[in-house]
Amino acid sequence: MTQILTTPAASAHPAPVERELRRERLAGLAQRHGAPAVLVLAVLVASVLFPAFPTAENANGIAIQSSFLAIVALGMTFVIITGGIDLSVGSVFALGGVLAAYASQWGPVPALLLPLAVCGAIGLLQGVLIAKTGMAPFIVTLAGLLGARGLLLAVTDEGATTYLVPKDSAFLEFGQGTFLGIGYPVYLAVLLFGLGAVLLQRTRYGQAVFAVGGSPDAAALMGLPVARIRVLTYLLSGLLAGFAGVLNASRLSSGVTILGVGMELDAIAAVVIGGTLLVGGAGSISGTLCGVLLLGVIQNVINQIGTLNSSYQSVVSGLFLILVVVVQTFLGRRRRRPR
Amino acid sequence: MTDTTAVPAASFDRARPARWAQDYGVYAAVAALVLFNIAFTDNFLQTATLRTQLVQVAPVVIAALGMAMVIGSEGVDLSVGSVMALAAAVLPLYIGYGLWPAVLVALLVGALVGVVNGTLVAVVGLQPIVATLALLVGGRGLALVFADGQLKGITNPTLLELGTGELLSVPYTVLIAGVLALVIGFVVRGTVYGRQLVAVGGNRAASALAGLPVKRVLIGTYALCAVLAALAGVLATARLGASDPSAIGNLMELSAITAVVVGGTPLTGGRIRVLGTVAGALLMQLVRATLINHDLPDSSAQMIQAAIILAAVYLARERRTR
Repeated sequence: MTQILTTPAASAHPAPVERELRRERLAGLAQRHGAPAVLVLAVLVASVLFPAFPTAENANGIAIQSSFLAIVALGMTFVIITGGIDLSVGSVFALGGVLAAYASQWGPVPALLLPLAVCGAIGLLQGVLIAKTGMAPFIVTLAGLLGARGLLLAVTDEGATTYLVPKDSAFLEFGQGTFLGIGYPVYLAVLLFGLGAVLLQRTRYGQAVFAVGGSPDAAALMGLPVARIRVLTYLLSGLLAGFAGVLNASRLSSGVTILGVGMELDAIAAVVIGGTLLVGGAGSISGTLCGVLLLGVIQNVINQIGTLNSSYQSVVSGLFLILVVVVQTFLGRRRRRPR
Repeated sequence: MTDTTAVPAASFDRARPARWAQDYGVYAAVAALVLFNIAFTDNFLQTATLRTQLVQVAPVVIAALGMAMVIGSEGVDLSVGSVMALAAAVLPLYIGYGLWPAVLVALLVGALVGVVNGTLVAVVGLQPIVATLALLVGGRGLALVFADGQLKGITNPTLLELGTGELLSVPYTVLIAGVLALVIGFVVRGTVYGRQLVAVGGNRAASALAGLPVKRVLIGTYALCAVLAALAGVLATARLGASDPSAIGNLMELSAITAVVVGGTPLTGGRIRVLGTVAGALLMQLVRATLINHDLPDSSAQMIQAAIILAAVYLARERRTR
């Protein structure tokens, strides 16, 4: 904002303009390719330092562990690109898992449909409130966080009941099955990311998501149905968070009530590390995938070190988040719109 | 911002009850709940019951006071819960040098976190959510690292006395929270810094053009918020009789934000309601206590709290958009 005061003098010389352009290009590069570059670097360093890291078994472990967060972060990416935020995903994830385990007594189809219906409804409700009343997404989804956790407690008799998936249920195959040695959740996450990327990059809805995040007013003037796009986006986020919970319940054979606390923050961190701007209007699906994997690698490396307290994981994640955002901000000053 | 547009008289009339509800609704709700409890809850007026309620709400009030100032600056501080844990984790490390030096170090650690938050927001220009999110994630990890992931019992008699003792049958923690509310109320209304804070929250660019020390005000605000959170962490440790960095302050950021928002402080900054914040914290506590006393489970309390948050923000929206 204050830079406006200095630019007229600076633009009299060609050199600063060129520097500005180069900086802009650098910012774009860092934003698009920063996360993959850091991920490759982290994997290389970890492979050299820890012989147990580059094994297929370990990579499979990271992939499985990351797949649940990845699916949640996928929905969060859409929400953040529209300029919003979804704090409810951790609770919705846990609720989805508990409902899936509960419904699995009636077979695999109810185990999938009941949680998706409820979690989708929560996402839809949040979207309607945000789009129609103009309340801040931060607050609406904060209420969603509390509400979904309350619903979860109500379903589990205040957390006293843990629903187990019947041992012979076909539902277990979902999270525990493998193909070519790789777990189904990994395939599902990859598939969803592929679909997500197509949805964001190749469809009218995806374009509208960027437009709404870039400038809601301009999007409305262009005739885009801003409210409907917001509603759809929060619905998508709720569905994906619920689906991740379903998968997790299948993997663990039970609906664990205490899961998902703080997951919204991990998801936001992964999205931001992946280069999606929190102000909205810019971001990528592939970046989010890299962000999730990077968090997974950090966790894995800290486990590999063994002697290190596992609490270092969040310290490193926090530092990383700050580093990425500061670099983004410094490089991308020009790209940031004033509020 | 939208004040320049002419407002039809009809919408004024429609907005009036909403505005009244926003300004006084939280006090009315607290009063109604208190009356309801006096009438229908056994033993509500006994000192032991009242004391339990107030002792439980005291740390939330202390953290929420800082949060109110940050939200007034058009920011938000997600790290308060982690700062509480950090302060709790630091306390046993220095308690060998005496209680007060240890408390001082804990508060200094809080101040340091606050300065980092403030610098990231004011100087680097990060969004408050991201800047403080990093310390929410990293802060608790750091607290666990300091504490070696363990719960440590507290044996210092003065600290235990601070947590459980009382003066004229008012617990120390409640007294401290009350005094701090008065002090913060005065700071916001009666000091130059308070006025600058409200101005910066109302319009940062205009404040900068008017020559206010915007960066210093913002950094100071985040520092003050974190010091208050650290104090809440110390008091929580004292009350628990143990430093438990994995549990202390968990989700406190949400409770604090809730208290502030329900108390009528708009998220858009430029207005700070200190008394409203205290009332907001009390309301949330009373709702929960009332439901539990009448055999309604915790789950319904959470869902009703969610509804209260939405109602409060919905009313605040009425005011902003007229």
